Amino acid sequence: MWTWFHRLASPPSFYRLAERLAPWLGAASLLLLLGGWIDGLMFAPADYQQKDAFRIIYVHVPTAAVSLSLYSAMAVAGVVAVIWRIKLAECAMMAIAPVGASMTAVALITGMLWGKPMWGAYWVWDARLTSELVLLFLYLGVIGLYQAFDDPRAGARACALLAIVGAVNVPIVKFSVEWWNSLHQGSTLLKMGKPTMSAAMAGPLYAALAGTMLFCAYAVLRRMQNELLVRERGTRWVGELQRAQAVDDRSASV
Amino acid sequence: MSKLLDPAFWSMSGYAVFVWGSFGLTVAVYLWNWLAPQRRRREILESVTEE
Repeated sequence: MWTWFHRLASPPSFYRLAERLAPWLGAASLLLLLGGWIDGLMFAPADYQQKDAFRIIYVHVPTAAVSLSLYSAMAVAGVVAVIWRIKLAECAMMAIAPVGASMTAVALITGMLWGKPMWGAYWVWDARLTSELVLLFLYLGVIGLYQAFDDPRAGARACALLAIVGAVNVPIVKFSVEWWNSLHQGSTLLKMGKPTMSAAMAGPLYAALAGTMLFCAYAVLRRMQNELLVRERGTRWVGELQRAQAVDDRSASV
Repeated sequence: MSKLLDPAFWSMSGYAVFVWGSFGLTVAVYLWNWLAPQRRRREILESVTEE
């Protein structure tokens, strides 16, 4: 078990595993996203109160959901990086940050575009909105902190500490709609028991959610591969990859 | 497919700017997440060759 684990955590074998896995994740996410979004835009019935504006749910909820799960994953990778000093965990952390930041930004902006017609305002300083904005700043803080260090290992260590401390914000975002009297509505889908949504509306949402999760896994793997290439520059396996790339380029230009 | 020719579909019961704006932004950000790592990989592999 442990030898297997160590082999997986070694940069060249992880790189190869990611290379094999990524295309499948990408293809599956593309199918789910296309299916979910087309179904959600064209075939799901309009909401009796919000009419067609409710369709923003198909981009808002999936991105908001992954903004939290990516942060949790980043904090877990941070714990592993601090305690065991595993290079791969550092790479995972630094690969998750930009993907998470972009998903958080999309969740915030689509939320604003939904809030304007429904609440009458793009922004209110409400518990859910404010804590999600803090989440964006935490992601940006991790990215900025990493870039401020010359040594990637020292940078990753500092980022890990920030990511771990910032993890307190995750339950605050998640439960803000229950703890405080919020303008933001409660969860429709991700709760115990029956979803308070008809199947024709919920189906595309599940597809878009699953598609977004797989897509983020794809994007994180690709970024981890890049992070590994940069850190392992000059090693034999990177050299081999490069030569293969150079051969590809030459045959493509012929 | 007739739905795509129906102006009522594109108008999204008057919320077209918000609905299409949200989807447009989302698609753009997903595309960036898809393409940016590919471009970066190419850069990295090319930069190592020069060294």
